[in-house]
Amino acid sequence: MDPNQPDQPVDPLTGLPVRTVGGLWAPPGSFATGGRGPRLFTGGGTRATVVSTISTIVVLGILVTVFLLAPGAHAFEHTFLSPTNMWRSFIGNPKQGYYSVGAAIWLNIRMFLVGEVLILALALLVALIRQSVSPALFPIRILATGYVDFFRGVPLILVIFTLGFGFPALNLPFVSSQPDAVYGVAALVLSYSAYVSEVYRAGLNSVHQSQVSAARSLGLSQGTALRYVVLPQAVRNIIPPLLNDFISLQKDTALVGTLGVIEANKAAGIYSETVFNFSSFTVAAILFLILTIPLARFTDRLIDRDRRRRLAGATR
Amino acid sequence: MSEPRGRSPAGGEAIRVEDLHKSFGANEVLRGISMSVASHEVICLIGASGSGKSTLLRCINLLEPINSGRISLLGQDVTDPRVDPNLVRRQIGIVFQSFNLFPHMTVLRNVTLAPMKVLKTPAARAADEARALLDRFGLLDKVDDYPDRLSGGQQQRVAIVRALAMQPQIMLLDEVTSALDPELVAEVLEVIAELAAGGMTMLIATHEMGFARDTASRICFLEEGKIIEEAPPAELFTNPKDERTRRFLRRIVDAKRL
Repeated sequence: MDPNQPDQPVDPLTGLPVRTVGGLWAPPGSFATGGRGPRLFTGGGTRATVVSTISTIVVLGILVTVFLLAPGAHAFEHTFLSPTNMWRSFIGNPKQGYYSVGAAIWLNIRMFLVGEVLILALALLVALIRQSVSPALFPIRILATGYVDFFRGVPLILVIFTLGFGFPALNLPFVSSQPDAVYGVAALVLSYSAYVSEVYRAGLNSVHQSQVSAARSLGLSQGTALRYVVLPQAVRNIIPPLLNDFISLQKDTALVGTLGVIEANKAAGIYSETVFNFSSFTVAAILFLILTIPLARFTDRLIDRDRRRRLAGATR
Repeated sequence: MSEPRGRSPAGGEAIRVEDLHKSFGANEVLRGISMSVASHEVICLIGASGSGKSTLLRCINLLEPINSGRISLLGQDVTDPRVDPNLVRRQIGIVFQSFNLFPHMTVLRNVTLAPMKVLKTPAARAADEARALLDRFGLLDKVDDYPDRLSGGQQQRVAIVRALAMQPQIMLLDEVTSALDPELVAEVLEVIAELAAGGMTMLIATHEMGFARDTASRICFLEEGKIIEEAPPAELFTNPKDERTRRFLRRIVDAKRL
């Protein structure tokens, strides 16, 4: 890196300064370029930024115009984008018979957070069992394979119904007396762990066997080698697909609403049935976006930081 | 060099291999290898690719299960199924052709991982020992770098240091210069020569005939999974007895590798 320009973004592969191209949505300090604010406008970047800004305005302008000229534009706007209705559904009013979508999203967040932790653990366990070679584990391996096949094949909503309506019907102590959200989370965990275990498996396979040889030759036990050598590399390789599944999970918490749990989508549904306006769903959509987009950006930064650290030397 | 723990008495037997057979499926790679390495001895294994050199080293380190035969290290039969391979491997360092450094760890962490996790050395002491070793091989300024940042020669030297950090009594080197650019070979060979001078017991698979001639106390020529000829370098290189050895060496000379 050129010591005279410590802030100049540098391509980690070539060591050359990065020419920041003003991409459509690359703001100053963009995660994509690794740049820092003002550097976006250095060199030939200025012209590129102007061009991309103009083209963005033109494209958006055309889309908005088409929308506004549609015969039903006004009806659509009133039904989906009414500010009054959006605000009312966000705040909620139990006396009028509808719940706050803004408060209900908190349940989605909790279901997501608890579900994610459990999924990461269960999926890893399943992946490790499926990757094991010991003949003694053969029956468990078959079981794990069957589990993955089954839960990847059955629609999530059926799993939610089965657990949410089936378990209470069993009349067992404890198992049958949980809140509906618990059954919902259990169904999400069962279904998603099957997917995520396959992601883990791909990650474990992506670590070369020679890494295991190196670790074992140093006297590390199988478990220690897995913990310190294989897993960290595997997880780094699968962060993008893992994130993909978790964004999907954040949205699918809305399916738990089918059990009658008042999460954001259910609350929005109740509002629309009460007031006959769909703007509540727009509120729910915006809230889900607010949840998922930062997660995506955070992961981009994680990947970027890791890549730069490995390729461009130590950053202490 | 740091004092190896409980080094076996001079002249003791470090490695003993008896009638070792190893197959991968139908392909028999080792067909009855017998050899003996005394403590502080440096033995070079030479032979064409596929002659079984690497497999022999991996079998000695118990990285490959063997089909039949016996391997004893420092007087202990390690092919006994009751032996814990993890304990055996602590005494043997192996360095691979492809370095196999852990890419997600700094150089320092690469070196300290095994001492900390296997020998339970406290972190501070492991780091001190690692720095001392890295310093000895001119790598002290690389402690905080990640392996991808290093040249091949530097990576291979780190790999050697990583193995040495476990204070092994035997080192196995598997064609450690074969993946290096020619100009980087010397720096790695110097390290090995220094280890040899320090009395390390070593079994070295190599294509570097000049290095083998200068460093080895004995040379073993392998072909098709058998030791064809075994002799001190002066004898084997100047007066090979077996026709197959002669043929191999002639090819090496023709390729200007000796």
